[in-house]
Amino acid sequence: MEISDVIVVGGGLFGPATAYGLRQHGLDTVVLDDGDDVLRAARGNFGLVWVQSKGMGMHRYHDWSRESAHLYHDFTAELKECSGTDIAHRNDGGMHLLLGEAEHEQRRREMDIMRQQAGADGFECEIIEREDVAKMLPGVRLGDDVVGASFSKHDGDVNPLKLLRAIHSSFRHLGGKYRPDSRVENIRHDGSVFIAETKNGSFAAPKIVLACGHGITKLAPMVGLNTPIVPQRGQVLVTERAEPTLGMALGNIRQTDEGTVQIGNTEEEVKFDDGTTLSASQAMARRAVQIFPQLAGLQLIRTWGCIRVLTPDKCAIYDESDEYPGAYVATSHSGVTLAAVNARHTAKWIATGEMPPGFEEFSAKRFNAEGGYVSTHH
Amino acid sequence: MSETVDLAIIGAGPAGLAAATVASGLGLSVVLLDEQPAPGGQIYRNIESFNAEALEEYLGEDYTKGRTIAEEFRASDAKYRSNATVWRVDQDGSIAWTDGSNAQILKAGRVIAATGALERPVPIPGWTLPGVMGAGAAQIMLKSAVMVPDGPTIIAGNGPLLYLVANQLYSAGAEITAILETTRFRDYIFAAPYAFSAMRANEYLSKGAKLIQNLKKKGLKVQSAISNLAAHGNGHLQKITYTAHSLEQEVEAKTLLLHQGVVPNVQITRQVGADHEWYEPQRYWRPKTDLWGTTSIETLAIAGDGAGIFGAEAAVLSGKLAALETAYRAGIIDELQRNVQAKPLFREQQRIGSIRPLLDRLYHPTPDILTPANDTLVCRCEEVTAGDIRKCVQEGATGPNQLKAYTRCGMGPCQGRMCGLSVTEVIADARGKTAEEIGYYRLRPPIKPVTLGELAAMEENTG
Amino acid sequence: MFRRTIDIKGETVSIRFEGQRLPVPAGETVAAAILANDPGYTRTTVVSGAARAPYCLMGTCFECLMEIDGVENRQACMTVVADGMIINRQNGKREIP
Repeated sequence: MEISDVIVVGGGLFGPATAYGLRQHGLDTVVLDDGDDVLRAARGNFGLVWVQSKGMGMHRYHDWSRESAHLYHDFTAELKECSGTDIAHRNDGGMHLLLGEAEHEQRRREMDIMRQQAGADGFECEIIEREDVAKMLPGVRLGDDVVGASFSKHDGDVNPLKLLRAIHSSFRHLGGKYRPDSRVENIRHDGSVFIAETKNGSFAAPKIVLACGHGITKLAPMVGLNTPIVPQRGQVLVTERAEPTLGMALGNIRQTDEGTVQIGNTEEEVKFDDGTTLSASQAMARRAVQIFPQLAGLQLIRTWGCIRVLTPDKCAIYDESDEYPGAYVATSHSGVTLAAVNARHTAKWIATGEMPPGFEEFSAKRFNAEGGYVSTHH
Repeated sequence: MSETVDLAIIGAGPAGLAAATVASGLGLSVVLLDEQPAPGGQIYRNIESFNAEALEEYLGEDYTKGRTIAEEFRASDAKYRSNATVWRVDQDGSIAWTDGSNAQILKAGRVIAATGALERPVPIPGWTLPGVMGAGAAQIMLKSAVMVPDGPTIIAGNGPLLYLVANQLYSAGAEITAILETTRFRDYIFAAPYAFSAMRANEYLSKGAKLIQNLKKKGLKVQSAISNLAAHGNGHLQKITYTAHSLEQEVEAKTLLLHQGVVPNVQITRQVGADHEWYEPQRYWRPKTDLWGTTSIETLAIAGDGAGIFGAEAAVLSGKLAALETAYRAGIIDELQRNVQAKPLFREQQRIGSIRPLLDRLYHPTPDILTPANDTLVCRCEEVTAGDIRKCVQEGATGPNQLKAYTRCGMGPCQGRMCGLSVTEVIADARGKTAEEIGYYRLRPPIKPVTLGELAAMEENTG
Repeated sequence: MFRRTIDIKGETVSIRFEGQRLPVPAGETVAAAILANDPGYTRTTVVSGAARAPYCLMGTCFECLMEIDGVENRQACMTVVADGMIINRQNGKREIP
């Protein structure tokens, strides 16, 4: 039986980022990961470090995302030094492009809500008009239907796969232990430690963190936690590599540091089917070509679907079990954006008990049994 | 512009052509899609228009018998769409394809994928140098363009195709300076137990023996049991090195033709999500099929080398069997009629197949290329070396998909065709597991590239 | 890299490779036509700029990517020559069209 200070269940972005932070606190940490071809939301994301659309209904979450975006610059440097990998972090702001007046109007309304809920804390995001969008994207022609965009200086992007590798590598570099092919089947508490059972043996520690995406559903009740998460599919198109032309992070269209153009997005309730559909591919291609007509000539070389780990209000859940103190859960669908703040604050919370201000808002107690809001929290 | 048909066949090689002919003859509506401009696939490439005057003698009757298969297809009622590239197949029988300008959908009651095989990738040091190609590529140049490699040419590897290509190229005037075989004496010992059953298909044995004899007669020696093959040059191939009899050899060359057997093309079967299994003697993946070629997905059948390597004549038989099964499932013939017509096909299929256990053990991929040296490129598109892969395994990447995430290995335009098998082998070797345990890349559509513009315009086209 | 074993007979078309005019048989693939003219290499890679040339000639290796009539990253082995066709090497990543 392998003994550690902390067991982190889940080898995606949430788990290893937190584990890396735990190592910085000197805690002997083991990350338990599943196999090669399981759902793996950490391998299926857009790479946005995005703030402007986060936390509708919960300003605390918007603020948490914003804080993570601010920590990203230092986080990137740390990972580079620790792992040698440059995660290609870009922080020149981000735009959500708007086609037609209806989208323009809807975005304006959403932003008003966000501004109101932020109050004195502020919500830095503004609608910019077409001419300004064109100025910010000099290398490319805008389609006729582009009326403007919502721009936030806090937004940016990163190479999400390099991020995944860099975090894993940094964690190991700091002496972290990583056990792949070790899906946790059962967790019990023997009075003093948690024991996680896998087909590769058992692991014991006084603290355990569930950061395993959809694996949380089965494991959380074992440690007295209620964590409502639902699957939601997102599909993406990926093109051949091209010379860097789209010079800024854009919601739903992004040119990676390698030159491929990624196009999203869907939000589908299809349980755990991570396939792709022709109709979604067509719709995404059409929108992309509407926004940037020049993209029509680019060749699509891959489509993929991935299952988001979605909470009922799309905001993160961080919880410590009342019944089994020392058991934690940490999850959201924004593993990329939150990697920096997880490595810093989430790790600190687990290591020392010190909670960032307002952190209790992230508890799943804000939901009732069906995943709806409990009224006291509003 | 979406079309509906009883049976869609992908691939105009011997399996696809035979399936189309039989199925349409039985009354099914059939559309055959193929990405080349003319029928024949690769084995009968350019069969309708090859320069018979220049080539018939070199290419031999095994090639020219393809003419009949193509003629019968042309005479059938099957609709033929050449220059048609299939990029997505769905389990409900929908096929998305493009003619190069317009992407469209073909809705089929059933699909027979007859997309054949490709050469096993041969990762040796320097294999990405201009001047290094697959042996099959040289054969394609001969058949379709009446060309041979220019300058000193070396053919290296193992498998029946090695001797065939050497003969053909030499006869057509290529300057073959060496034929290097990775087959060793112990491979003959290992294969010997299968020789008896191979006698049922003894025409293959005698053909093979004749080819080797021919080479000797022409003064071309075959150097056996070579290893450590490497290609060298500055921006293009200039020389090769190898080990033979424990001695390092060096030979100048302008062209190096590599061959380590052929493997099923699993792009479509994997993209659709059919079950696959690992065939250990030849170390390749193949879709799991029943005796009619039906995969784990009822609407998808495989005919030809795509189901397992058995050659052109077996491909014709499996094409016919898949067509019979399709006609039976469509209610056009009953079980008895299907079985009666199938019986002689099965018998011949078994007879031809009896050579395989011998060939598969005699000519298996050499360990050098299954687990290449660290600085050998495995992923050509993204330039990932075997050493990079091993490093990732040490970092905890347990399989090809995590490896892909860490290194982009398999993310280039070829989407794993040139590296997939090697990646499985290197990871399996590094982790001490079987290939079956390691698995393969998750393949996704599009199977071949299609432009965003074509995709965007599609909705207006589909009915 | 390859040479014709017989003289060009029948219908020919005129193409340009890196500015050089070449008469080639109608119906031939771009890859074959170019290989017959000792191009040295036909593309440079997106990652390191290494020189590459066609490997499989049947559409599976994607080494034969070239710029054909202004469109980049086309598989030369899957494209048939046409009169007036302009062919250039593919240099690394393509431009967004």
